[in-house]
Formats: sequence, structure tokens, C-alpha cells
Amino acid sequence: MNFLRPGARFLRVQLVTTTRCSVLQTGSRRRASSLSQKPGAAGVRFPGAVDSKFTNSLSFEHPATYPAIPTYQAMGPDGDIIDSSFEIASEEIVLKMYENMVAVSIMDLIMFDAQRQGRLSFYMTSQGEEGTCVGSASALQKDDVIFSQYREAGVFMQRGYTFTDFMSQLFANNLDAGRGRNMPVHYGSAALKIVGPFLPLPSTQIPQAAGAAYALKMQRLTNPNIPARVVACYFGEGAASEGDFHAALNIAATRSCPVIFICRNNGYAISTPTLEQYRGDGIASRGTGYGIDTIRVDGNDIFAVREVTKRARELALKDGGRPVLIEAMSYRISHHSTSDDSFAYRARVEVEDWKRRDNPITRLRKYLEKKGIWNEEKEKEARGRIRKECLKAFAEAEKEKKPPLRSMFEDMYEELTPDLKAQMTELRDIIKKYPDEYDVSEFEGGIDSLSR
Amino acid sequence: MKATTRFGIRSLLAAALPRTKAPYSIIQQRRYSTPPPSAKLNLPTDFSTTPLLAHSSQSALQNPELPQEIRNGTTKRMNLFQSINDALALALAEDESVLLFGEDVAFGGVFRCSMNLAENYGAERVFNTPLSEQGIIGFAIGAAAEGMKAVAEIQFADYVYPAFDQLVNEAAKFRYRDGSEGRHVGGLTVRMPCGGVGHGALYHSQSPESLFTHIPGLRVIMPRSPIQAKGLLLAAIASNDPCVFMEPKALYRAAVEQVPTAAYTLPLSKAEVLKEGKDLTIISYGHPLYTCSAAIAKAEKDLGVSIELIDLRTVYPWDKETVLASVRKTGRCMVVHESMVNAGIGAEVAASIQEDKETFLRLEAPVLRVAGWSIHMPLMYERFNIPDVARVYDMIKNAVEY
Ligand SMILES: Cc1ncc(C[n+]2csc(CCOP(=O)(O)OP(=O)(O)O)c2C)c(N)n1
Ligand SMILES: [Mg+2]
Repeated sequence: MNFLRPGARFLRVQLVTTTRCSVLQTGSRRRASSLSQKPGAAGVRFPGAVDSKFTNSLSFEHPATYPAIPTYQAMGPDGDIIDSSFEIASEEIVLKMYENMVAVSIMDLIMFDAQRQGRLSFYMTSQGEEGTCVGSASALQKDDVIFSQYREAGVFMQRGYTFTDFMSQLFANNLDAGRGRNMPVHYGSAALKIVGPFLPLPSTQIPQAAGAAYALKMQRLTNPNIPARVVACYFGEGAASEGDFHAALNIAATRSCPVIFICRNNGYAISTPTLEQYRGDGIASRGTGYGIDTIRVDGNDIFAVREVTKRARELALKDGGRPVLIEAMSYRISHHSTSDDSFAYRARVEVEDWKRRDNPITRLRKYLEKKGIWNEEKEKEARGRIRKECLKAFAEAEKEKKPPLRSMFEDMYEELTPDLKAQMTELRDIIKKYPDEYDVSEFEGGIDSLSR
Repeated sequence: MKATTRFGIRSLLAAALPRTKAPYSIIQQRRYSTPPPSAKLNLPTDFSTTPLLAHSSQSALQNPELPQEIRNGTTKRMNLFQSINDALALALAEDESVLLFGEDVAFGGVFRCSMNLAENYGAERVFNTPLSEQGIIGFAIGAAAEGMKAVAEIQFADYVYPAFDQLVNEAAKFRYRDGSEGRHVGGLTVRMPCGGVGHGALYHSQSPESLFTHIPGLRVIMPRSPIQAKGLLLAAIASNDPCVFMEPKALYRAAVEQVPTAAYTLPLSKAEVLKEGKDLTIISYGHPLYTCSAAIAKAEKDLGVSIELIDLRTVYPWDKETVLASVRKTGRCMVVHESMVNAGIGAEVAASIQEDKETFLRLEAPVLRVAGWSIHMPLMYERFNIPDVARVYDMIKNAVEY
């Protein structure tokens, strides 16, 4: 090891400084706490809750006595701006956001139907949550890293994931970055810095996001030329019941990680309503418990989501970094997935009510129309164009070959192990020996890819 | 208004793209694992004729493992999820201490195994939990420690890992560490659907039984059919050991047979010889038994051999005696399972066979394995990963021609 590397030395100096700093801090705290032990002192100074004061009134904290955390809106349901304190993005950006929401909703309708036609095995729509995803993603920087769950097509769309990218993944074809291995809606993109999705365990990404944010922070400490970056991490209110969520918030707080936790609270985790998921004031109330700056926002209001994310990003980068929690409220209009029939556990009218009441697309459309920059004609043109683009990508992706058979054995390790090589040969020999039993024509290169 | 938009897109889709054979009205999932038309071995299992299911009431009641009063009783046609539902209903009805819970259990569960149970036995006993597997299993262990029969559902076996600590460090060790205090969590039964269905890929296909068979203290069970599921599940719930009960989800709807209507148990840690034979023993459990049965039928015809088929049923602690006795008789043996070949059940069975001197000396061929490759279940390649009839057939040939 070369200890004389300037970078290494820099890192060591930094570490020493921070250590000394924290020693000083604890030192002074300790002095203060020994002072506070004097009889009659108002403060307790127990190390576990240094700011707590003594009281002679015995009373429990009743969650019900705390007011519910308010839900921030920037734009009312009729598309009127109700918080003038923020700057609305340029017309171009707003129109792009609108089109991206529309694009997600059109793709959702097409792919939902395609699944029903038996053309793909599975799909998940994000009806009602387009605003949360597109709005928050629009406030992030290109170099920020994103960890997604699975209902964040809007984030991908806003980030520049193309219909071809979506369709290649959905059809698990030869252009699919996942090499045909994953179920539909398992989007991910190294180029767009989106890790995920985490369909398997909808919460595993949350502590990972904290670790990733810590990595970004450390990298910038050693190299200040790197732009300041944050990690944004999406998850549902159901996922927030997993241990992962709690571990994540706590570790992110203690290590001061520049991470924005974005909870999509859509009222359901498959069939389980929030009433059976938690009894506190949503997910937001947990943030302050972990010492994290927290806000709740109306997910149907894309301006609010965007503004909140922008401010969260600034906060997350302040004073060396800290986590922020955003709880975006919405209602899951769609079934959980194409494998789910939600009318088995909720009333049709409940869904219809929510659908009629509000949705992020129509709300922004009202704003745009009031501003005079949108009308029925533009709407028709945009929808027609987007639909055509989507269907074109659909048709091309469906026709595309599947990835080579070989890819089933690859990427288990950096290189194929002897075991895997032997298994690949065994499979090739079986297919050769029993050609009537296997159709390998849909895979790029047929059986040959198993031989190299 | 909404409907017309939807319809508009649908017709657009139909117009823009060549139609597949599937009619729109049928809600069906695209299967990535259909055999080619030329196939003679790799055909889908015909569940209406397989000898592994009791197609008549009479054949169901002939089962010698059933107590006499059950054999004198009636049967009902059930698929696997219905027989699980039936077992759960009987357990809840019979014993007030039975609790049933997990994610989305209240409305019937994502695989419909708990349908109508909350309605019939009360929301205090059959309920949804928050989304937390470690919470579910920890909660179940606590309830079992205080004398309840806690039947916990993990929505998919793929999602059991957050509960691993609770299962490995708590459930499996509870009795051992408590020593002569004698407390245990035998009231715990953990149910989980497992295995491939054709389109589940990495996170809806796993069959992690060998992760649990490595943990002494847990009893790990996988039924092959509705009759077996009902009897083994009731035995697991009654058992004073913590049980992991793995339900092959591909069989939930596919496997249908006549099931005795009354409550009965089937023995745990006891294998069953499903078909007798002289030249080769095939050992398997769960879904692949149907594949084995088809391969055996073909191989017996083509090769003029006679093959014994054994269902382990409980994969740990497993029934060595039945297996060794069979292999001593046939002299040849292969193990078939769906999960990865490395460090799987096959490894344990093969090692135990060659370790037993008498059986080892009787062997005329090495113990062979057909199992999943050492990979995760890949969406597009599932049919090349799960053992199929051709692979089992070919391995039978290898074994008998050795
Ligand atoms: C560890 C784990 N447990 C259970 C599941 C099954 N599951 C998939 S999504 C889901 C609900 C998640 O709800 P939420 O986080 O609210 O997200 P939403 O679907 O509402 O967007 C469940 C229970 C899983 N994938 N992983
Ligand atoms: Mg939710």
C-alpha cells in the first residue's frame, strides 16, 4: 500500500480531523452533563436523550393528541397556484413533465391490455402516482443516484428511459439489459444511474440507498471536484413496515447520509389497507422519530412534489449531508398488478371516487389550460404521437429475438465457474440429443451460444 | 368515458399488431415455458390421468396410511389450494388455539388458501399482518411459546429471508437452549408457496428447502398433492416441533384429486414409495414427482426396466430407512429436485447412500442427480432450468446403462 499517495493522505487527515472534532464534542457534552447532574437542574442530560427536561407531571405521550402532519400543496385541485413562494419551472420543463406523465399512463393502458392478451406475463401500472414519480425525478440532478421499488415508471420516463428501453425489458428480449432473466417491470439503467427495481423485497433498496449516499459523500470528501450528489430512494408505505426501512432511516441519520427517502403512500400494499399496515400518522411521523427532516406532500400535485424534492435535495447536501424523508400521498387507482383483482378486497365505488376526485395528470392539465399553453388540440396531438411511439417500440420489441441461451449461466460470477461450464455443456448435449423436445429458435444464436 | 379510451387503445393495439391466439377475454398469463409441438417427452403433465393423484373416491380411500374411520368416510374433489384451505379450516374449527396470519391473509391470501377463513373463524384468529416477515415469524414464535398454534404464512418462499434470523436462531434453537425447562415453539407452522410456475423468474420461483434442511430443529415438509397437503399440514400443525411447510404453487390449481373430507394426518418424516420397481430408485419430492412419473412411464416402455419412485415428503429430518431399503433392492439411484443442484437435498441423500456400507456395496452405478442448475431462476430460460422429462429420462438411461 502506498501511504504517500496524496489522496490517501488527504483522507487520513480528514478522518483525524473529524475524529478529533467528535472527541471535542463528546468532551464538552460530558462536561455539560456532569454540570446538569446538580440537584435542581432542569435538564436530565441522560446520554440517550440529552435535551429532555425533568417534569413532575406523569403523562404518557398520546399520538392522538399530536396534530397530523399537514400535506403540502402548491397547486389546488383546479390547477390554481396556491403557494406563490416558489418559482414555477420553465414552460418547456413543465410541458415535458406533463408529457412524461401522459406517456406513462398511455404505456400503462397498452401494456395492461397486452398482458390480458397473453403477450407478456405480468405488468404493473402506476395510475395515480405519475405525479409523485415524474415530479420528484424532475428535481433531481443527472448525476444523482436513484433506487427504485417497482411502481416508478415515471421516474424512468423523466430520466430519459425510452419506450424501446421499456419494451425491451418488458419483452425480455435481446436488447434487454437484464438479459431476459427478470420479470416484466424490472427496469434498471446504469447509464441513468437508476439501481433497481427491487420487486423481490420491496424494501431492500432502502438501507442500500443510505449506504450509496454515504459512498457519494465520502467520494466527494476525497475529491471535492466531484459534484455534490444525493441518492433518492423510492418505496411504498407497505415496504416501510419491513425492518429494512427502520434500519435505513436510523443508519442514514447516524451517518448523516445525503439521501432522500421518498415514500409513495398509496393506501394499499396489495390487499392490505394502511389501517392494517400501521397505526401512526403515516410514514412521515416516523421520520422525526429518527431525527430526520420530514415533509408530507400531495402526490396529485406535481408542482408540490417537485418543489419539495428540490428543497429536500438542498437540505440533504447541507452541512456535509443528512437524510430527508418525503411522504407523497396518493391512492392506488390500479390493481396491485395484473395478477391482482383488487375488487376482491375493496369496493369499486371507492376506486371510482378517487379516480374522479383527483389525479396528477388532469390537475396539471387544468393549470396548463388556464395558462393558455395547452388545449384539446394539443392534447390530442400529444396523445396520438406518444401512443404511436409506444406501439412502434412495442411491435419492434416483441419481434426481437430473445437473448442467447448462454446468458442463463452468465453473470453468476464475474467469470463462468468450472461447474457452470460443465452444466452449460450438459444442457447443450441434452438439447442436441433430444432435438424434438426443445425449441431454441427464439434465442439469439440458437443452441450455438452454449458451445463457446 | 374511461372504458371507451381503454377500448380505443385495445383496438388500436389489435390493429397495429398481429394478434396472438389468446382471446382478450381470457385472463391468462403468457407462459414462457411451452414445449414445441414435436415434443414426445417434454409434454405438460396431464393431471387428469397421472397415477400420482387419486382420480376416484375409491382410490383416495384405499390409502393405507389413512385411519380406518377416514377410509370409511367420504371424499371431495379439491385442488391443492382448496385442500390447504380445508386443512386450515379444520384446524381452526378443532382447536381454539390455532391462529392464522400473514400478509394479505384476511381476504383469502394471494393464492386463495385462506379464503373465507377470517369470515368463518373471526378476525381475531385469522388476520393480516403488516408487511414484515421478520415480524410475522417473530410474532408467531412468541405466540407459540405461549401455547398457541401459530400458522404463519410467508407470501412467497422467495420472501422468507427477512425472517431467517427468527427461524434459524430462534425457532430451531428454542427447545435446545431451554433444556430441562422444557419450553418449545412446536406450535409454530410456517407455510410458504414455493417453486417455479413458468413466469416467476428470480423472485417468484424459489424453492429454498435446503437452506432450512441445514438447520436442525426445523421440520421441513413439501407435499406433492391435495391429499398429501391436507394430511401433512394437519400433522405439521399438530406437531410439537416447528415446521416449515412448503407448498409447490404450480400445483395449487393444477393438481386435483378426491380428498377425504374429515380431518386426518399423514406421518411426518416418513417417505412414501409411490411405485415399486426393481432396477432403479428415483427419489424426489413436490412438483418434480410428476415429471419423474412421466419419465418413468416412458423409460419403462423404451428400456424394459422397472423403476421405483419415492416421495420424501419431509425433506428433513428425512426417512433414510425407506430410501436405503429401496436402493439396497435396486442397486441404482437418482435424486430429482427443482432447486439448485449445489448443496441441495440430492447431495445429502447421495452422501447418505454411499455412507451406508451395506447400500454402498450394493450400488451398481453412482448416485445421480437431476436438479436446477447452479443459477437463479431466469425468466426466459425456466424450461431449461427446471428438470424436465427429457433430462430425467436421459439420466434414467445413464443410470441403467452404467
Ligand atoms: C419481502 C417481501 N414480502 C412480500 C412481498 C410481496 N409483495 C410485493 S409488493 C407488496 C406490497 C407492497 O406495498 P407497498 O410497499 O405499499 O407498494 P405499492 O405496491 O403500494 O406501490 C408485497 C406484500 C415481497 N415482494 N417481498
Ligand atoms: Mg402502497
